[in-house]
Amino acid sequence: MSLEVKDDEIDIVVAAIHSDLTSFMNEWRPIFSRFHLIIVKDPDLKEELKIPEGFNLDVYKKSDIDRVVGSSTSILFSGYSCRYFGYLVSRKKYIISVDDDCLPARENDGFLVDAVAQHITNLTTPATPFFFNTLYDPYCEGADFVRGYPFSLRSGVKCALSCGLWLNLADHDAPTQALKPGHRNSRYVDAVLTVPARALAPISGINIAFDREVVGPAMLPALRLAGEGKFRWETMEDIWSGMCVKVICDHLGLGVKTGLPYVWRNDRGDAIASLKKEWEGVKLMEEVVPFFQSVRLPRTATTAEDCVVEVANAVKEQLGSTDPVFARAAGAMLDWVKLWKSVGSSASS
Amino acid sequence: MATPSVKPTPLSPPLKDELDIVIPTIRNLDFLEMWRPFFEQYHLIIVQDGDPSKTIRVPDGFDYELYNRNDINRILGPKASCISFKDSACRCFGYLISKKKYIFTIDDDCFVAKDPSGNDINALQQHIKNLLTPSTPHFFNTLYDPYREGADFVRGYPFSLREGAPTAVSHGLWLNIPDYDAPTQLVKPLERNTRFVDAVMTIPKGTLFPMCGMNLAFDRELIGPAMYFGLMGDGQPIGRYDDMWAGWCMKVICDHLGLGVKTGLPYIWHSKASNPFVNLKKEYNGIFWQEKAIPFFQSVSLPKDCTTVQQCYLTLANEVKAKLGELDPYFVKLADAMVTWIEAWDEVNSPGKKPAKLPNGTSK
Repeated sequence: MSLEVKDDEIDIVVAAIHSDLTSFMNEWRPIFSRFHLIIVKDPDLKEELKIPEGFNLDVYKKSDIDRVVGSSTSILFSGYSCRYFGYLVSRKKYIISVDDDCLPARENDGFLVDAVAQHITNLTTPATPFFFNTLYDPYCEGADFVRGYPFSLRSGVKCALSCGLWLNLADHDAPTQALKPGHRNSRYVDAVLTVPARALAPISGINIAFDREVVGPAMLPALRLAGEGKFRWETMEDIWSGMCVKVICDHLGLGVKTGLPYVWRNDRGDAIASLKKEWEGVKLMEEVVPFFQSVRLPRTATTAEDCVVEVANAVKEQLGSTDPVFARAAGAMLDWVKLWKSVGSSASS
Repeated sequence: MATPSVKPTPLSPPLKDELDIVIPTIRNLDFLEMWRPFFEQYHLIIVQDGDPSKTIRVPDGFDYELYNRNDINRILGPKASCISFKDSACRCFGYLISKKKYIFTIDDDCFVAKDPSGNDINALQQHIKNLLTPSTPHFFNTLYDPYREGADFVRGYPFSLREGAPTAVSHGLWLNIPDYDAPTQLVKPLERNTRFVDAVMTIPKGTLFPMCGMNLAFDRELIGPAMYFGLMGDGQPIGRYDDMWAGWCMKVICDHLGLGVKTGLPYIWHSKASNPFVNLKKEYNGIFWQEKAIPFFQSVSLPKDCTTVQQCYLTLANEVKAKLGELDPYFVKLADAMVTWIEAWDEVNSPGKKPAKLPNGTSK
């Protein structure tokens, strides 16, 4: 862990899709216990949350969400999107967010992966989006820039987002997992790298961290599938949010890293059953990707909030008539910015 | 159980008759002994740099052709001026003279590496896998090469892009001595690359990278003419930028033609650290010039009617002369050499042309 980042600059935000968080919290205890946690209960969840003792945390339920955001918003903080409420009310500089069906992974030598420390290292070392370093993260111990890497680009840019990966049940879509039901990810790739500028990637929300001060407003709940459900196979909200964040980071000259840390993702659900719901998402991506590849933000957009508004307007204009889900997403994005300005302060406490 | 009376026919090595291994050398080829199990079935093209009167000993049992400076001059005539002398950049002559679809090139101080389980890495086989599976330059897959066994596309990856693009180049890496520039070598003389990163990935469209020629393979039919390694070494103001230059030209053209470039596995073991002070002198101009060259390559655009590699390359040569010529007269010379290279390539590789080579090497 970087010596410069204090524990109280970090919030760990967990969306409680399951009511019993006992084993989740206990498995993460060695890593999470020194930090403040924000647990947001899925408003659709009926049962009481079960959370073990010994953590410094705040729990937010449906009543809290209603109280803070009121009913005048088109944003639904339900399902996985309840985590964004946690991002909204946090007052810390760094947020680390992990799905509640993920546990700490183990490295090849058996050691527990400290996902928090790795995410913080990623966020507090520069990113290198303008030129690809073939030895991956040059700021890592034992690595450096390779011959031919321009010297003027070696100080890098601020890293705003750190996207981790998953062992066991990787983040594949339902068709892929349904075709290979026994397929599990056992490959531990020991690298962090910067996703190059203008390159888009699917940014999963399962294991993610970001600098809230810099890109908080761009991590947004907007795209809700008609059949959205409680399995990642049945959502696209994070993929949409990830596209927005990447485009905005590219525009603002910020970096996005991918790779380590890994988390261990538990087997859960049935890909074939989810196929029916997620097909909608798979179809929508065909529209979404060309849009994000071509969207251009004006020079006047210099903050994350400004950028979100620009993207929302472009969505309304270019995708609004394609499918009502996009018009709703644009509306949700604008509501989110308003909420962010009124509820989410950009300054850390 | 009865033992079989006939030994099973061994499977033919992949692309045995479609791939040439190009090796530039000035010393000897003893390193081939270690590679024998992986290379012996393939044809080698040795490009002998330096003093042509010296005899380079090739270990027994290898099928090869060898070219020294006299051969290069004889075959290319006045066009031989584009091939560097006293620099491993001369290896691109091997690309030009080859008749095969695929090229693998390796330096003579690169040996077989071991993976974390202790197994020898067949670098050639991995390069072949990389080249024979598609790339994904239009959208980054966070689980890296989705065509690798044990991997696939992640959620959110558009299905319309899952066929990928043809792979033109496979760029391998190095354990032990990393490919650092001279300033980095001087600051960190003891740093060794011990990190085995078990990944192959496509470098996204629009992104440039430093291409190292130590452990490299490519589809000669798809991108061959773009793999010119420039004017380096004897009589030139720059060295150790041959592969860099080829890599920037190649990537711009691949991006334009919709071809993919992969990097990552395989690893080789790089045994020799060259002298950092000698390297500094060679790289010196390059370090300053690349600050201008990179923005040039990042912003150059090729017209839609450039549909062949040669057309793209000649357009690039014009742009180099126009935009980088003012930086230093070297770039005017280089641009001319780029044109000469294409002329030489087309002349040697025109269909129906009698092979001009007179191989020094004996067949097995």
